[in-house]
Amino acid sequence: MTAVLPISANTAALPGEDAQPGRWRRMPPKAKVGAVLLGLFVLAAIIGPMVAPYDPSYQDPSPALSLHAPYGAHLLGTTQSGQDVLSELLVGIRLTLELALLVGVIATALAVIVGVTSAFLGGVWDEVLSLVSNVFLVIPALPLLIVLLGSLQTKGQTATIIVLSVLGWPWGARVIRAQTLAIRNRDFIAAARETGEKTWRIIAFEMVPNEVSLIAASFVNTVLYAIGASVALAFIGVANLNAWSLGTMLYWAQSQQALELGAWWWFVPPGLAVALIGTGLVLLNTGIDELGNPRLRDATSASRIAGYWLPPADPTPVLAEVVQHRGKLSGFLRSFSRSSLLDDAEKGGHR
Amino acid sequence: MSAHPDQAPVAPVAGPLAARPDTVLEIRDLSVVYRTPGGDVRAVDKVNIDLAAGEVIGLAGESGSGKSTLVYGASRLLRAPALITSGSVRYAGRRVTEPVDVLTMKPDELRRLRWREIAIVFQSAMNALNPVLNVRDQLIDVMHAHLRIGRDEARERAASLLDLVGISRERLRSYPHELSGGMRQRVMIAMALATDPEIVIMDEPTTALDVVVQRDILAQIVELKERLGFSILFITHDLSLLLELADRIAVMYAGQLLEIGTAEEIHREPSHPYTKGLLNSFPSLRGPRRELAGIPGSPPDLRDPPPGCPFLPRCGYGTAACREVDMDLLPVTSSQDPSHVTACPFVLPQTPALPGIPEPAMPQAQQETEPETAEELGA
Amino acid sequence: MSFILRRLVFYVVAAWVALTVNFFIPRAMPGNAVQSIMAKFPNLQPSAYQALEAMLGVGHPGSIWHQYGSYLDDVFHLNFGTDVTQYPAPVSTLLAETIPWTLTLVGTATVIAFIVGTGLGIVAGWRHGGALDRLLPGLMFLQAIPYFFFALILLELFASKLHVFPLGQGYAEGLVPGWHADFIGSAIYHSLLPALTIVLTSIAGWMLQMRNVMITTVGEDYVIAAQAKGLPRRRVIFTYAARNALLPQLQGFALALGFVVSGALIMEIVFSYPGIGELLLTAVTSEDYPLMQAIFLVITFAVLLANMIVDLIIVLSDPRARAREATR
Repeated sequence: MTAVLPISANTAALPGEDAQPGRWRRMPPKAKVGAVLLGLFVLAAIIGPMVAPYDPSYQDPSPALSLHAPYGAHLLGTTQSGQDVLSELLVGIRLTLELALLVGVIATALAVIVGVTSAFLGGVWDEVLSLVSNVFLVIPALPLLIVLLGSLQTKGQTATIIVLSVLGWPWGARVIRAQTLAIRNRDFIAAARETGEKTWRIIAFEMVPNEVSLIAASFVNTVLYAIGASVALAFIGVANLNAWSLGTMLYWAQSQQALELGAWWWFVPPGLAVALIGTGLVLLNTGIDELGNPRLRDATSASRIAGYWLPPADPTPVLAEVVQHRGKLSGFLRSFSRSSLLDDAEKGGHR
Repeated sequence: MSAHPDQAPVAPVAGPLAARPDTVLEIRDLSVVYRTPGGDVRAVDKVNIDLAAGEVIGLAGESGSGKSTLVYGASRLLRAPALITSGSVRYAGRRVTEPVDVLTMKPDELRRLRWREIAIVFQSAMNALNPVLNVRDQLIDVMHAHLRIGRDEARERAASLLDLVGISRERLRSYPHELSGGMRQRVMIAMALATDPEIVIMDEPTTALDVVVQRDILAQIVELKERLGFSILFITHDLSLLLELADRIAVMYAGQLLEIGTAEEIHREPSHPYTKGLLNSFPSLRGPRRELAGIPGSPPDLRDPPPGCPFLPRCGYGTAACREVDMDLLPVTSSQDPSHVTACPFVLPQTPALPGIPEPAMPQAQQETEPETAEELGA
Repeated sequence: MSFILRRLVFYVVAAWVALTVNFFIPRAMPGNAVQSIMAKFPNLQPSAYQALEAMLGVGHPGSIWHQYGSYLDDVFHLNFGTDVTQYPAPVSTLLAETIPWTLTLVGTATVIAFIVGTGLGIVAGWRHGGALDRLLPGLMFLQAIPYFFFALILLELFASKLHVFPLGQGYAEGLVPGWHADFIGSAIYHSLLPALTIVLTSIAGWMLQMRNVMITTVGEDYVIAAQAKGLPRRRVIFTYAARNALLPQLQGFALALGFVVSGALIMEIVFSYPGIGELLLTAVTSEDYPLMQAIFLVITFAVLLANMIVDLIIVLSDPRARAREATR
């Protein structure tokens, strides 16, 4: 004889439901900073070459302008052969971003297809695809890339994009497969099956929308990898050295001994650009992570009582104790804190 | 522990407990809120409960009624954004010389009090056990934290604890994932008893188990309580369980206590309309068939609770006067239990039911058998 | 047991894939690889020409399976062929000279970075929202910097401008390598800046990862239960929270190994460190194919081995892993 007390209808968020308005506002500040940072570079990529003061390949013959420090006419100085660093940078950002974004799109698309299919089909297909993904995950990417690209006669942009994409999908595929497996067993998928929805429709309209944040995170990660890998490859010379990308800039700076000659303006800007783009991507990714897993969010007002932060794993705070021990400073901080309870306590209890 | 001179708004902590001399836990005016960006959620609102030595109090309520928040808040185990905004939780077990307030203790004292005096059996044993340690190591951990005990003695004690709950000693080396649900729960119980606590809080310990295992475990709990003499604070949404198991039952709703009384009285003459509705909500095995009535509606939003009685919107007896009620617990004069109190000053057991609300009918036959069972098990 | 066996089989398969890819690439690529190499190094003797042909499969010395067989045989005997740029030095000799340098530098620095980073991550995770979290944006920036670029900056700052560290190389000029104090002292001194670079850039990643896992773990029921049990704080943090959080952290470590090693190699180039990195640069600039392939194989095998070791550690630490695989 089990009596269950009347439980109020508690509908958890229905799958696929995403609050469309206010998504920008709901994003944690880290992600916004990342997005803005990336936006700047994307802007530079788009208008850069048009805005560049010189043709990056133009070599000014006058010896005085070889390895000149930054000044009015050359805001970022010149290279060994009299080329303008700023122009190279502006063109390079576009080339590098172009490559990275393309690789991101292709590799993520592949990852989604492989991941979802392998999780959905299961059985032998799953085993085979998983094995392939894992093998290419464990083999170190850069040496393999070097061997693959190194044996090609031309190491152009297209070749690089293809090779990077081919090696870039396993990571995302693995993550997406895991998520798909987890969702596959959820009730709403079984319900869709029962009502006779075709498999491809289930995949496209029920599963994928639920994995959007995961796919977004995977995309960002792939772009990150593409930038890192392409810059590293170019740095050691496995790239089209006549094209201007951030990586080739660094290659030329290194091979022309920019460091020893003290020409910091040659290698710092491209490297900094790579670092900033990378940071923007990582921040964006963290923001996406935090959206999906609220626990990771920076403790804001939740862990703060009377303007003070308390370690979350400490015993539950008691208002009277906190007020007492932070007595002196709390008065000062009250003007900044959003603690409604502190105000209540001052007014003599609430009810 | 003397009261701090500047501590004006908080109730004094010194002195013997106000209630009966054998009270081990006195919760007074406890309020817990969860601070959210949308406002403070008043999960527990000025609750008073006294637990006596060897007593079993059942805490009944829907999900969201605050029963779990109450006990975890009282042990200060709630994580951010929880905050205890008022009240005291005074403990006076056999091992302490004078009552101590859990809410004002230093972290070190709190650590020593936890488990040794007040232990908890969690709802989901699978999640409450460390996956990478075996049973014996986890039992020994608890013992080393609180008892001055040698290694061999600890091992022997761990083994005898498993005997106590009816698990084979071979399981000492098992890991949590290797045990069945029922076994894991028994291990949790064994662990709770490892340091001979005064109070054992049980948070829906059998909800996740199937009915047969439930019975076994409950019987085991009762037997252990008889043997070792600890008090139990038993949380559940299953009122029928409490009618058999508990000495007294406390009914919670929307973070507030609505009624407390002995199990017999609550069963025989529930006073609060909510309690009446609850008892009305489950069928009995014997007796005439009657129409099952649930309680329509849902609990209020605790961020901005309306004044007066929180049950008003769903109450068949509600009137405008209910909004002025201050939710103090008043004695039920017609009750055979002198400690029977209710928060509803209007509806007394003799109040005729309004049309459309069926009376909680308890046929004579059932009334004779039920109290017997309660006596056998609990009293 | 079966779990370990399965993992072993996986690594063998991975190694085999690497070998086979290595074997087929020169044969699959357009253009006559041998011709272009010969064009670059006109002074090679005819025997070199033949050896190259044999290695790259031109001029069909036997069926492809026969070639494959002898290729595998060569690899097992650590015979990677003869180097082209430093003819007639065998590739294996060149590798043997450089591997110890890379191994000590990268191996030590990575392990130190992992341990320190993980430790910081434990604290940051336990004290979620506290002082350490203020470092987060800075750490993310650090993590995004390419190793070699960071190396350039550090070199510029500490070696060029401040003269605290030497400007690259493995040891001071003029010293003869050997087991004597002068040399070892100099070697250590010269490895400090490269090691610092690796530690500083990779530590951010480990710390961020551990922090995130730790935050999730600290919220788990068994950690709250451990606190309810009144266990000493140290025990709760380390044996209940961190020990569980370490499992995904170690898995992340295994996954990242390939990237860490690759990044470190390129960083070696910046420092002109006498490790595999420099060898790699030489191979690439002169399109020395045998060398490129050999380096790829060596690095791959090293990473696979390290992965195996980490897998073993994970299995030994997680009782569920053994059970999970046993029931498959």
